[in-house]
Amino acid sequence: MSRRTKSRLFVAAMMLCLGVSFGTLAWLLVTTLIDGIPALSQQLFIDPPSTVAEEAGARPAILATVYLAALLLLMAVPVGVLTAIYLEEYARKERWYNRLLELNIQNLAAVPSIVYGILGLAFVVRGPVSVGRVLLAGAIILTLLVLPTVIIASREAIRAVPGSIRQGGYALGATKWQVVSRQVLPASIPGIATGSILALSRAVGETAPLLLIGALQYVAFDPTILGAFTALPVQIYTWVKLPDPAFQTLAAAGIIVLLAIVLSMNAIAIFLRNRYRQTW
Amino acid sequence: MTLRTALAAGAIAAATLVAAGCGGGSDGGSVTADGSSTVGPYVTAAAESFRDENGADVTVGISGTGGGFERFCRGETDISNASRPIDEDEVAICKENGVEYVELQVANDALTVVVSSANDWATCLTVDELNAIWKPGSTASSWSQVRASFPDEPLELFGPGTDSGTFDYFTEVINGDGGASRTDYQASEDDNVLVQGVKGTEGGMGYFGFSYYEENQAELKALEIDGGSGCVAPSVEAAQGGEYVPLARPLFVYASTEALGRSEVESFLRYMLEHETEIAERAQFVPLNQAQIDENLAKLDDVT
Repeated sequence: MSRRTKSRLFVAAMMLCLGVSFGTLAWLLVTTLIDGIPALSQQLFIDPPSTVAEEAGARPAILATVYLAALLLLMAVPVGVLTAIYLEEYARKERWYNRLLELNIQNLAAVPSIVYGILGLAFVVRGPVSVGRVLLAGAIILTLLVLPTVIIASREAIRAVPGSIRQGGYALGATKWQVVSRQVLPASIPGIATGSILALSRAVGETAPLLLIGALQYVAFDPTILGAFTALPVQIYTWVKLPDPAFQTLAAAGIIVLLAIVLSMNAIAIFLRNRYRQTW
Repeated sequence: MTLRTALAAGAIAAATLVAAGCGGGSDGGSVTADGSSTVGPYVTAAAESFRDENGADVTVGISGTGGGFERFCRGETDISNASRPIDEDEVAICKENGVEYVELQVANDALTVVVSSANDWATCLTVDELNAIWKPGSTASSWSQVRASFPDEPLELFGPGTDSGTFDYFTEVINGDGGASRTDYQASEDDNVLVQGVKGTEGGMGYFGFSYYEENQAELKALEIDGGSGCVAPSVEAAQGGEYVPLARPLFVYASTEALGRSEVESFLRYMLEHETEIAERAQFVPLNQAQIDENLAKLDDVT
Protein backbone atom coordinates (compact mmCIF):
# COMPACT_ATOMS: atom_id res chain seq x y z
CA MET A 1 0.00 0.00 0.00
CA SER A 2 1.45 3.35 -0.97
CA ARG A 3 1.90 6.18 1.47
CA ARG A 4 -0.81 8.16 -0.27
CA THR A 5 -3.38 5.39 -0.02
CA LYS A 6 -2.63 5.06 3.68
CA SER A 7 -3.08 8.75 4.09
CA ARG A 8 -6.42 8.70 2.27
CA LEU A 9 -7.60 5.70 4.26
CA PHE A 10 -6.83 7.55 7.48
CA VAL A 11 -8.85 10.56 6.38
CA ALA A 12 -11.71 8.27 5.37
CA ALA A 13 -11.64 6.57 8.77
CA MET A 14 -11.80 9.93 10.53
CA MET A 15 -14.70 11.03 8.36
CA LEU A 16 -16.53 7.83 9.17
CA CYS A 17 -16.10 8.41 12.91
CA LEU A 18 -17.28 11.97 12.57
CA GLY A 19 -20.21 10.76 10.48
CA VAL A 20 -21.28 8.22 13.11
CA SER A 21 -21.43 10.73 15.95
CA PHE A 22 -22.75 13.61 13.93
CA GLY A 23 -25.20 11.44 11.97
CA THR A 24 -26.67 9.95 15.15
CA LEU A 25 -27.14 13.40 16.65
CA ALA A 26 -28.67 14.81 13.48
CA TRP A 27 -31.00 11.84 13.11
CA LEU A 28 -32.15 12.12 16.75
CA LEU A 29 -32.73 15.86 16.42
CA VAL A 30 -34.63 15.59 13.16
CA THR A 31 -36.90 12.71 14.24
CA THR A 32 -37.62 14.38 17.59
CA LEU A 33 -38.42 17.67 15.89
CA ILE A 34 -40.74 15.97 13.40
CA ASP A 35 -42.48 14.01 16.16
CA GLY A 36 -42.71 16.85 18.64
CA ILE A 37 -43.53 19.99 16.69
CA PRO A 38 -47.28 19.20 16.40
CA ALA A 39 -47.54 19.20 20.21
CA LEU A 40 -45.37 22.25 20.72
CA SER A 41 -48.09 24.70 21.61
CA GLN A 42 -48.92 27.25 24.26
CA GLN A 43 -50.80 24.50 26.08
CA LEU A 44 -47.55 22.70 26.82
CA PHE A 45 -46.35 25.70 28.83
CA ILE A 46 -49.53 26.68 30.66
CA ASP A 47 -51.37 23.43 31.42
CA PRO A 48 -50.64 20.81 34.07
CA PRO A 49 -50.26 17.16 33.01
CA SER A 50 -53.42 15.18 32.40
CA THR A 51 -54.61 11.65 31.71
CA VAL A 52 -56.08 12.95 28.46
CA ALA A 53 -53.31 13.74 25.98
CA GLU A 54 -55.24 16.58 24.35
CA GLU A 55 -55.40 18.48 27.65
CA ALA A 56 -51.92 17.69 28.91
CA GLY A 57 -49.18 20.24 29.40
CA ALA A 58 -45.93 20.31 31.28
CA ARG A 59 -46.05 23.62 33.14
CA PRO A 60 -45.19 22.22 36.62
CA ALA A 61 -42.33 20.16 35.18
CA ILE A 62 -40.88 23.01 33.11
CA LEU A 63 -41.04 25.40 36.07
CA ALA A 64 -39.49 22.82 38.39
CA THR A 65 -36.61 22.30 35.97
CA VAL A 66 -35.99 26.06 35.82
CA TYR A 67 -36.10 26.25 39.65
CA LEU A 68 -33.75 23.30 39.92
CA ALA A 69 -31.28 24.97 37.57
CA ALA A 70 -31.42 28.23 39.57
CA LEU A 71 -31.04 26.51 42.96
CA LEU A 72 -28.21 24.46 41.55
CA LEU A 73 -26.45 27.61 40.39
CA LEU A 74 -26.86 29.18 43.83
CA MET A 75 -25.61 26.13 45.73
CA ALA A 76 -23.08 24.41 43.50
CA VAL A 77 -21.16 27.40 42.14
CA PRO A 78 -20.21 29.20 45.41
CA VAL A 79 -19.25 25.95 47.15
CA GLY A 80 -17.41 24.66 44.11
CA VAL A 81 -15.51 27.87 43.45
CA LEU A 82 -14.47 28.32 47.08
CA THR A 83 -13.26 24.72 47.20
CA ALA A 84 -11.29 25.28 44.02
CA ILE A 85 -9.71 28.45 45.42
CA TYR A 86 -8.71 26.61 48.57
CA LEU A 87 -7.18 23.73 46.62
CA GLU A 88 -5.33 25.93 44.15
CA GLU A 89 -4.28 28.92 46.24
CA TYR A 90 -4.19 27.86 49.86
CA ALA A 91 -3.76 24.09 50.13
CA ARG A 92 -0.24 22.82 50.58
CA LYS A 93 0.19 19.91 48.22
CA GLU A 94 2.69 18.14 50.45
CA ARG A 95 0.05 17.55 53.14
CA TRP A 96 -1.48 14.07 52.80
CA TYR A 97 -5.03 15.21 53.57
CA ASN A 98 -4.98 17.70 50.71
CA ARG A 99 -3.85 14.99 48.31
CA LEU A 100 -6.58 12.68 49.65
CA LEU A 101 -9.13 15.45 49.12
CA GLU A 102 -8.01 15.90 45.52
CA LEU A 103 -8.12 12.20 44.80
CA ASN A 104 -11.62 11.99 46.26
CA ILE A 105 -12.92 14.82 44.14
CA GLN A 106 -11.53 13.21 40.99
CA ASN A 107 -13.21 9.93 41.91
CA LEU A 108 -16.52 11.55 42.83
CA ALA A 109 -16.73 13.02 39.34
CA ALA A 110 -16.89 9.47 38.00
CA VAL A 111 -19.61 8.15 40.35
CA PRO A 112 -22.79 7.18 38.44
CA SER A 113 -25.67 9.55 39.05
CA ILE A 114 -28.00 6.84 40.35
CA VAL A 115 -25.64 6.41 43.31
CA TYR A 116 -26.20 10.05 44.22
CA GLY A 117 -29.91 9.29 44.06
CA ILE A 118 -29.57 6.47 46.58
CA LEU A 119 -27.42 8.67 48.79
CA GLY A 120 -30.02 11.41 48.53
CA LEU A 121 -32.86 9.06 49.43
CA ALA A 122 -31.04 7.80 52.51
CA PHE A 123 -29.53 11.06 53.78
CA VAL A 124 -31.50 13.97 52.33
CA VAL A 125 -35.07 12.70 51.88
CA ARG A 126 -34.98 10.42 54.92
CA GLY A 127 -32.27 10.10 57.56
CA PRO A 128 -30.27 13.02 58.98
CA VAL A 129 -31.57 15.83 56.76
CA SER A 130 -35.13 14.48 56.28
CA VAL A 131 -36.49 17.25 54.09
CA GLY A 132 -38.88 14.80 52.39
CA ARG A 133 -39.51 14.34 48.68
CA VAL A 134 -39.34 18.01 47.80
CA LEU A 135 -37.73 20.19 45.17
CA LEU A 136 -34.99 21.26 47.59
CA ALA A 137 -33.97 17.61 48.05
CA GLY A 138 -33.67 17.26 44.28
CA ALA A 139 -31.56 20.41 44.09
CA ILE A 140 -29.27 19.20 46.90
CA ILE A 141 -28.69 15.86 45.18
CA LEU A 142 -27.99 17.46 41.82
CA THR A 143 -25.64 19.87 43.59
CA LEU A 144 -23.65 16.96 44.99
CA LEU A 145 -23.66 15.44 41.53
CA VAL A 146 -22.18 18.49 39.77
CA LEU A 147 -19.87 19.73 42.53
CA PRO A 148 -16.84 17.66 41.48
CA THR A 149 -17.20 18.85 37.87
CA VAL A 150 -17.56 22.49 38.98
CA ILE A 151 -14.53 22.17 41.26
CA ILE A 152 -12.38 20.62 38.56
CA ALA A 153 -13.40 23.20 35.94
CA SER A 154 -12.83 26.09 38.39
CA ARG A 155 -9.41 24.76 39.36
CA GLU A 156 -8.39 24.61 35.71
CA ALA A 157 -9.52 28.21 35.26
CA ILE A 158 -7.70 29.43 38.37
CA ARG A 159 -4.55 27.56 37.38
CA ALA A 160 -4.61 29.27 33.99
CA VAL A 161 -4.09 32.67 35.62
CA PRO A 162 -0.32 33.32 35.26
CA GLY A 163 1.75 33.37 38.42
CA SER A 164 3.18 36.76 37.45
CA ILE A 165 -0.22 38.36 38.12
CA ARG A 166 -0.15 37.07 41.69
CA GLN A 167 3.49 38.08 42.17
CA GLY A 168 2.64 41.57 40.90
CA GLY A 169 -0.12 41.84 43.44
CA TYR A 170 2.11 40.76 46.31
CA ALA A 171 4.84 43.16 45.14
CA LEU A 172 2.38 46.01 45.54
CA GLY A 173 1.67 44.94 49.11
CA ALA A 174 -1.67 43.18 48.60
CA THR A 175 -2.70 40.48 51.06
CA LYS A 176 -3.43 36.96 49.86
CA TRP A 177 -7.20 37.52 49.97
CA GLN A 178 -6.85 40.78 48.02
CA VAL A 179 -4.81 39.01 45.32
CA VAL A 180 -7.32 36.18 45.09
CA SER A 181 -10.47 38.28 45.13
CA ARG A 182 -9.31 41.19 42.94
CA GLN A 183 -6.89 39.55 40.53
CA VAL A 184 -7.16 35.78 40.29
CA LEU A 185 -10.93 35.33 40.61
CA PRO A 186 -12.01 38.05 38.14
CA ALA A 187 -9.46 36.75 35.64
CA SER A 188 -10.77 33.20 35.92
CA ILE A 189 -14.51 34.04 35.71
CA PRO A 190 -14.86 33.07 32.03
CA GLY A 191 -13.41 29.62 32.68
CA ILE A 192 -15.41 29.10 35.86
CA ALA A 193 -18.64 30.25 34.22
CA THR A 194 -18.19 28.00 31.20
CA GLY A 195 -17.33 24.94 33.27
CA SER A 196 -20.11 25.50 35.78
CA ILE A 197 -22.81 26.11 33.22
CA LEU A 198 -21.86 23.04 31.20
CA ALA A 199 -22.03 21.00 34.41
CA LEU A 200 -25.41 22.51 35.25
CA SER A 201 -26.86 21.74 31.85
CA ARG A 202 -25.84 18.14 32.27
CA ALA A 203 -27.56 18.05 35.67
CA VAL A 204 -30.75 19.59 34.29
CA GLY A 205 -31.15 16.60 31.99
CA GLU A 206 -30.58 14.06 34.78
CA THR A 207 -33.46 11.67 35.41
CA ALA A 208 -32.15 8.73 37.43
CA PRO A 209 -31.41 10.41 40.79
CA LEU A 210 -34.71 12.31 40.65
CA LEU A 211 -36.67 9.12 40.01
CA LEU A 212 -35.24 7.64 43.20
CA ILE A 213 -36.30 10.54 45.36
CA GLY A 214 -39.86 10.46 44.12
CA ALA A 215 -40.08 13.00 41.32
CA LEU A 216 -42.00 10.38 39.35
CA GLN A 217 -45.47 11.63 40.00
CA TYR A 218 -48.45 13.61 38.90
CA VAL A 219 -48.13 17.18 40.13
CA ALA A 220 -50.65 19.67 38.80
CA PHE A 221 -49.58 22.77 40.67
CA ASP A 222 -46.64 25.13 40.34
CA PRO A 223 -43.67 23.79 42.29
CA THR A 224 -42.42 25.34 45.50
CA ILE A 225 -38.98 24.80 47.01
CA LEU A 226 -40.37 22.76 49.88
CA GLY A 227 -43.16 21.10 47.93
CA ALA A 228 -43.66 17.99 45.83
CA PHE A 229 -42.27 18.28 42.34
CA THR A 230 -41.62 16.59 39.08
CA ALA A 231 -38.98 17.64 36.58
CA LEU A 232 -39.06 17.84 32.81
CA PRO A 233 -36.89 14.75 32.10
CA VAL A 234 -39.09 12.76 34.49
CA GLN A 235 -42.24 14.07 32.82
CA ILE A 236 -40.88 12.93 29.46
CA TYR A 237 -40.15 9.50 30.96
CA THR A 238 -43.72 9.28 32.30
CA TRP A 239 -45.25 10.23 28.97
CA VAL A 240 -43.19 7.75 26.99
CA LYS A 241 -44.59 4.97 29.16
CA LEU A 242 -48.27 5.79 28.67
CA PRO A 243 -50.42 3.67 26.33
CA ASP A 244 -52.01 6.44 24.24
CA PRO A 245 -49.67 7.19 21.27
CA ALA A 246 -50.56 10.91 21.53
CA PHE A 247 -48.37 11.01 24.64
CA GLN A 248 -45.34 10.00 22.58
CA THR A 249 -45.84 13.22 20.61
CA LEU A 250 -46.05 15.16 23.85
CA ALA A 251 -42.88 13.47 25.06
CA ALA A 252 -41.10 14.57 21.88
CA ALA A 253 -42.33 18.14 22.44
CA GLY A 254 -41.03 17.92 26.03
CA ILE A 255 -37.65 16.83 24.68
CA ILE A 256 -37.56 19.88 22.40
CA VAL A 257 -38.25 22.18 25.37
CA LEU A 258 -35.57 20.47 27.46
CA LEU A 259 -33.16 20.71 24.56
CA ALA A 260 -33.93 24.42 24.20
CA ILE A 261 -33.25 24.98 27.91
CA VAL A 262 -29.95 23.09 27.80
CA LEU A 263 -28.81 24.71 24.53
CA SER A 264 -29.57 28.20 25.80
CA MET A 265 -27.55 27.48 28.95
CA ASN A 266 -24.67 26.36 26.75
CA ALA A 267 -25.09 29.51 24.67
CA ILE A 268 -24.74 31.62 27.82
CA ALA A 269 -21.55 29.73 28.64
CA ILE A 270 -20.10 30.43 25.20
CA PHE A 271 -21.14 34.08 25.40
CA LEU A 272 -19.48 34.54 28.82
CA ARG A 273 -16.33 32.86 27.62
CA ASN A 274 -16.02 35.09 24.58
CA ARG A 275 -17.03 38.26 26.37
CA TYR A 276 -14.59 38.00 29.27
CA ARG A 277 -11.74 36.10 27.68
CA GLN A 278 -8.36 37.57 28.58
CA THR A 279 -4.99 37.00 27.05
CA TRP A 280 -1.76 37.64 28.77
CA MET B 1 -18.04 41.22 35.29
CA THR B 2 -16.55 42.11 38.62
CA LEU B 3 -16.91 39.86 41.59
CA ARG B 4 -19.21 42.37 43.24
CA THR B 5 -21.71 42.49 40.35
CA ALA B 6 -21.66 38.71 40.17
CA LEU B 7 -22.50 38.48 43.86
CA ALA B 8 -25.22 41.09 43.54
CA ALA B 9 -26.75 39.24 40.58
CA GLY B 10 -26.65 36.03 42.61
CA ALA B 11 -28.37 37.67 45.56
CA ILE B 12 -31.12 39.09 43.36
CA ALA B 13 -31.63 35.71 41.74
CA ALA B 14 -31.85 34.09 45.17
CA ALA B 15 -34.39 36.60 46.40
CA THR B 16 -36.59 36.18 43.33
CA LEU B 17 -36.41 32.44 43.61
CA VAL B 18 -37.38 32.42 47.27
CA ALA B 19 -40.24 34.79 46.55
CA ALA B 20 -41.41 32.61 43.67
CA GLY B 21 -40.92 29.45 45.69
CA CYS B 22 -43.01 30.64 48.58
CA GLY B 23 -45.70 32.17 46.43
CA GLY B 24 -47.35 28.82 45.73
CA GLY B 25 -49.50 26.79 48.06
CA SER B 26 -53.15 26.09 47.57
CA ASP B 27 -56.40 26.91 49.25
CA GLY B 28 -57.82 23.40 49.31
CA GLY B 29 -55.02 21.58 51.14
CA SER B 30 -52.98 18.78 49.68
CA VAL B 31 -53.22 15.01 49.40
CA THR B 32 -50.35 12.66 48.63
CA ALA B 33 -50.90 9.33 46.90
CA ASP B 34 -48.33 6.82 45.64
CA GLY B 35 -48.25 3.23 44.43
CA SER B 36 -49.30 1.06 41.52
CA SER B 37 -48.65 2.17 37.96
CA THR B 38 -51.89 0.42 36.97
CA VAL B 39 -54.05 2.35 39.44
CA GLY B 40 -52.04 5.59 39.09
CA PRO B 41 -53.79 6.86 35.93
CA TYR B 42 -57.19 6.36 37.59
CA VAL B 43 -56.29 8.34 40.70
CA THR B 44 -54.61 10.96 38.51
CA ALA B 45 -57.77 11.41 36.45
CA ALA B 46 -59.74 11.75 39.69
CA ALA B 47 -57.19 14.27 40.99
CA GLU B 48 -57.53 16.40 37.87
CA SER B 49 -61.26 16.92 38.08
CA PHE B 50 -61.17 17.13 41.88
CA ARG B 51 -58.65 19.96 41.60
CA ASP B 52 -60.86 21.81 39.14
CA GLU B 53 -63.78 21.66 41.56
CA ASN B 54 -62.17 21.94 45.00
CA GLY B 55 -58.79 23.52 44.43
CA ALA B 56 -57.00 20.83 46.45
CA ASP B 57 -53.61 19.68 45.21
CA VAL B 58 -53.25 15.93 44.85
CA THR B 59 -49.89 14.41 43.95
CA VAL B 60 -49.87 10.91 42.54
CA GLY B 61 -46.59 8.98 42.50
CA ILE B 62 -45.98 5.72 40.67
CA SER B 63 -43.57 3.65 42.74
CA GLY B 64 -45.34 0.34 42.09
CA THR B 65 -47.74 -1.36 44.50
CA GLY B 66 -44.95 -2.60 46.79
CA GLY B 67 -43.05 0.69 46.69
CA GLY B 68 -46.26 2.54 47.47
CA PHE B 69 -47.00 0.41 50.55
CA GLU B 70 -43.43 0.86 51.74
CA ARG B 71 -43.96 4.62 51.87
CA PHE B 72 -47.56 4.35 53.10
CA CYS B 73 -46.60 2.18 56.07
CA ARG B 74 -43.92 4.69 57.07
CA GLY B 75 -46.64 7.32 57.20
CA GLU B 76 -45.20 9.24 54.25
CA THR B 77 -48.34 9.18 52.11
CA ASP B 78 -52.08 9.60 52.69
CA ILE B 79 -53.26 7.16 50.04
CA SER B 80 -51.61 4.05 48.61
CA ASN B 81 -52.66 2.79 45.19
CA ALA B 82 -52.59 -0.98 44.83
CA SER B 83 -53.30 -3.48 42.09
CA ARG B 84 -53.43 -6.31 44.68
CA PRO B 85 -54.51 -6.47 48.32
CA ILE B 86 -51.92 -5.52 50.95
CA ASP B 87 -49.81 -8.56 51.91
CA GLU B 88 -48.92 -9.92 55.35
CA ASP B 89 -45.44 -8.41 55.55
CA GLU B 90 -46.79 -5.01 54.65
CA VAL B 91 -49.61 -5.32 57.19
CA ALA B 92 -46.99 -6.04 59.86
CA ILE B 93 -44.91 -2.98 58.94
CA CYS B 94 -47.98 -0.73 58.97
CA LYS B 95 -48.94 -2.09 62.36
CA GLU B 96 -45.45 -1.55 63.73
CA ASN B 97 -45.56 2.10 62.67
CA GLY B 98 -49.12 2.57 63.91
CA VAL B 99 -50.57 3.25 60.48
CA GLU B 100 -54.24 2.22 60.32
CA TYR B 101 -56.07 2.16 57.03
CA VAL B 102 -59.22 1.38 55.12
CA GLU B 103 -59.23 -0.55 51.84
CA LEU B 104 -61.45 0.78 49.06
CA GLN B 105 -61.98 -0.71 45.64
CA VAL B 106 -61.88 2.00 42.96
CA ALA B 107 -62.05 0.08 39.69
CA ASN B 108 -62.08 -3.32 38.06
CA ASP B 109 -59.40 -4.60 35.78
CA ALA B 110 -59.35 -7.52 33.41
CA LEU B 111 -55.84 -8.88 33.06
CA THR B 112 -55.62 -9.52 29.36
CA VAL B 113 -53.62 -12.28 27.72
CA VAL B 114 -52.71 -11.12 24.24
CA VAL B 115 -51.20 -12.64 21.15
CA SER B 116 -50.16 -11.11 17.86
CA SER B 117 -52.97 -10.33 15.44
CA ALA B 118 -51.14 -12.61 13.00
CA ASN B 119 -51.94 -15.52 15.31
CA ASP B 120 -54.92 -17.26 13.69
CA TRP B 121 -54.86 -20.51 15.64
CA ALA B 122 -55.46 -19.60 19.28
CA THR B 123 -58.72 -18.00 20.45
CA CYS B 124 -59.20 -19.45 23.90
CA LEU B 125 -56.88 -20.97 26.49
CA THR B 126 -57.72 -22.77 29.70
CA VAL B 127 -56.12 -21.87 33.00
CA ASP B 128 -54.28 -25.21 32.90
CA GLU B 129 -52.79 -24.39 29.52
CA LEU B 130 -51.71 -20.96 30.76
CA ASN B 131 -50.20 -22.62 33.80
CA ALA B 132 -48.31 -25.07 31.59
CA ILE B 133 -46.83 -22.12 29.71
CA TRP B 134 -46.00 -19.82 32.63
CA LYS B 135 -45.27 -22.14 35.58
CA PRO B 136 -41.76 -22.05 37.04
CA GLY B 137 -39.48 -24.39 35.14
CA SER B 138 -41.81 -24.65 32.15
CA THR B 139 -39.91 -25.42 28.97
CA ALA B 140 -42.77 -24.90 26.50
CA SER B 141 -41.12 -23.23 23.54
CA SER B 142 -43.57 -23.99 20.77
CA TRP B 143 -47.32 -23.51 20.40
CA SER B 144 -47.69 -27.21 19.54
CA GLN B 145 -46.59 -28.02 23.09
CA VAL B 146 -49.48 -25.94 24.45
CA ARG B 147 -52.14 -27.84 22.55
CA ALA B 148 -51.51 -30.60 20.01
CA SER B 149 -53.74 -28.95 17.40
CA PHE B 150 -51.67 -25.75 17.37
CA PRO B 151 -48.93 -25.30 14.75
CA ASP B 152 -45.27 -25.72 15.56
CA GLU B 153 -44.70 -21.98 15.85
CA PRO B 154 -42.07 -20.72 18.34
CA LEU B 155 -43.71 -19.41 21.52
CA GLU B 156 -42.17 -16.16 22.67
CA LEU B 157 -43.24 -14.75 26.00
CA PHE B 158 -43.50 -11.18 27.23
CA GLY B 159 -44.61 -10.15 30.70
CA PRO B 160 -44.25 -7.58 33.47
CA GLY B 161 -41.29 -7.63 35.85
CA THR B 162 -41.38 -8.82 39.44
CA ASP B 163 -42.03 -5.38 40.99
CA SER B 164 -45.39 -5.25 39.31
CA GLY B 165 -48.69 -5.96 41.04
CA THR B 166 -49.87 -7.38 37.72
CA PHE B 167 -47.11 -9.99 37.89
CA ASP B 168 -48.04 -10.86 41.49
CA TYR B 169 -51.70 -11.25 40.60
CA PHE B 170 -51.19 -13.28 37.43
CA THR B 171 -48.74 -15.70 39.05
CA GLU B 172 -51.04 -16.05 42.06
CA VAL B 173 -54.11 -17.10 40.09
CA ILE B 174 -52.42 -18.97 37.25
CA ASN B 175 -49.47 -20.59 39.00
CA GLY B 176 -51.05 -20.77 42.46
CA ASP B 177 -48.26 -18.85 44.15
CA GLY B 178 -47.70 -15.09 43.93
CA GLY B 179 -44.26 -14.53 42.43
CA ALA B 180 -43.74 -18.06 41.04
CA SER B 181 -43.16 -17.86 37.32
CA ARG B 182 -40.84 -19.12 34.66
CA THR B 183 -38.12 -16.56 34.27
CA ASP B 184 -36.96 -17.03 30.68
CA TYR B 185 -39.35 -14.48 29.20
CA GLN B 186 -38.80 -10.89 28.17
CA ALA B 187 -39.75 -8.85 31.20
CA SER B 188 -40.43 -5.14 31.27
CA GLU B 189 -42.11 -2.79 33.74
CA ASP B 190 -43.06 -0.72 30.74
CA ASP B 191 -46.27 -2.11 29.26
CA ASN B 192 -45.59 -0.38 25.94
CA VAL B 193 -42.51 -2.54 25.53
CA LEU B 194 -44.69 -5.62 26.00
CA VAL B 195 -47.21 -4.33 23.46
CA GLN B 196 -44.45 -3.75 20.91
CA GLY B 197 -42.92 -7.17 21.62
CA VAL B 198 -46.11 -9.16 21.16
CA LYS B 199 -47.16 -7.10 18.15
CA GLY B 200 -43.92 -7.81 16.32
CA THR B 201 -43.72 -11.55 17.01
CA GLU B 202 -46.03 -13.97 15.23
CA GLY B 203 -45.86 -16.56 18.00
CA GLY B 204 -45.68 -13.96 20.78
CA MET B 205 -47.78 -13.94 23.93
CA GLY B 206 -47.95 -11.49 26.81
CA TYR B 207 -50.22 -10.23 29.56
CA PHE B 208 -51.06 -6.81 31.00
CA GLY B 209 -53.94 -4.62 32.16
CA PHE B 210 -57.07 -4.26 29.98
CA SER B 211 -56.49 -0.56 29.19
CA TYR B 212 -53.25 -1.29 27.35
CA TYR B 213 -55.06 -3.85 25.22
CA GLU B 214 -57.90 -1.41 24.55
CA GLU B 215 -55.47 1.25 23.31
CA ASN B 216 -53.76 -1.19 20.98
CA GLN B 217 -56.57 -3.52 19.95
CA ALA B 218 -55.98 -2.88 16.25
CA GLU B 219 -52.65 -4.66 16.49
CA LEU B 220 -53.23 -7.24 19.20
CA LYS B 221 -55.64 -10.08 19.75
CA ALA B 222 -56.98 -10.81 23.23
CA LEU B 223 -57.45 -14.47 24.12
CA GLU B 224 -60.58 -15.75 25.78
CA ILE B 225 -59.93 -17.45 29.09
CA ASP B 226 -61.58 -20.66 30.24
CA GLY B 227 -61.57 -20.63 34.03
CA GLY B 228 -63.58 -23.83 34.28
CA SER B 229 -66.97 -22.64 33.06
CA GLY B 230 -66.39 -21.88 29.40
CA CYS B 231 -64.44 -19.36 27.36
CA VAL B 232 -64.94 -15.69 28.32
CA ALA B 233 -63.40 -12.77 26.47
CA PRO B 234 -62.05 -9.88 28.55
CA SER B 235 -64.53 -6.99 28.54
CA VAL B 236 -65.96 -4.32 30.79
CA GLU B 237 -69.10 -6.31 31.52
CA ALA B 238 -67.30 -9.58 32.11
CA ALA B 239 -64.94 -7.88 34.56
CA GLN B 240 -67.74 -6.15 36.49
CA GLY B 241 -69.99 -9.17 36.58
CA GLY B 242 -67.23 -11.49 37.70
CA GLU B 243 -67.59 -13.88 34.74
CA TYR B 244 -64.03 -13.24 33.57
CA VAL B 245 -62.42 -15.69 35.98
CA PRO B 246 -59.82 -15.88 37.23
CA LEU B 247 -58.16 -12.86 35.61
CA ALA B 248 -60.63 -10.10 36.55
CA ARG B 249 -59.17 -8.29 39.49
CA PRO B 250 -60.11 -5.44 41.77
CA LEU B 251 -57.98 -2.30 41.91
CA PHE B 252 -57.65 -0.64 45.29
CA VAL B 253 -56.67 2.47 47.12
CA TYR B 254 -55.71 2.28 50.79
CA ALA B 255 -56.33 5.39 52.83
CA SER B 256 -54.76 5.98 56.21
CA THR B 257 -57.42 6.63 58.85
CA GLU B 258 -55.28 9.38 60.31
CA ALA B 259 -55.19 11.18 56.96
CA LEU B 260 -58.97 10.69 56.62
CA GLY B 261 -59.29 13.09 59.52
CA ARG B 262 -58.26 15.83 57.11
CA SER B 263 -61.28 17.01 55.18
CA GLU B 264 -59.48 17.19 51.81
CA VAL B 265 -58.48 13.51 51.97
CA GLU B 266 -61.98 12.39 52.89
CA SER B 267 -63.65 14.52 50.24
CA PHE B 268 -61.17 13.36 47.60
CA LEU B 269 -62.01 9.71 48.25
CA ARG B 270 -65.74 10.45 48.28
CA TYR B 271 -65.34 12.36 45.06
CA MET B 272 -63.50 9.44 43.49
CA LEU B 273 -66.29 6.99 44.30
CA GLU B 274 -69.20 9.31 43.56
CA HIS B 275 -67.82 10.26 40.13
CA GLU B 276 -66.76 6.70 39.36
CA THR B 277 -68.24 6.41 35.86
CA GLU B 278 -66.88 9.70 34.48
CA ILE B 279 -63.42 9.13 35.93
CA ALA B 280 -63.29 5.56 34.64
CA GLU B 281 -64.38 6.68 31.21
CA ARG B 282 -61.81 9.47 31.13
CA ALA B 283 -58.96 7.24 32.28
CA GLN B 284 -60.24 4.20 30.33
CA PHE B 285 -60.79 1.84 33.23
CA VAL B 286 -63.50 -0.70 33.88
CA PRO B 287 -65.76 1.15 36.34
CA LEU B 288 -67.34 -0.31 39.47
CA ASN B 289 -71.02 -1.12 39.14
CA GLN B 290 -73.52 0.62 41.42
CA ALA B 291 -73.53 -2.14 44.03
CA GLN B 292 -69.74 -1.98 44.30
CA ILE B 293 -69.81 1.82 44.59
CA ASP B 294 -72.40 1.71 47.39
CA GLU B 295 -70.45 -0.95 49.25
CA ASN B 296 -67.25 1.11 49.19
CA LEU B 297 -69.01 4.34 50.13
CA ALA B 298 -70.43 2.50 53.14
CA LYS B 299 -66.91 1.40 54.10
CA LEU B 300 -65.80 5.01 53.92
CA ASP B 301 -68.76 6.12 56.05
CA ASP B 302 -67.73 3.65 58.74
CA VAL B 303 -64.34 5.23 59.28
CA THR B 304 -65.19 8.91 58.94
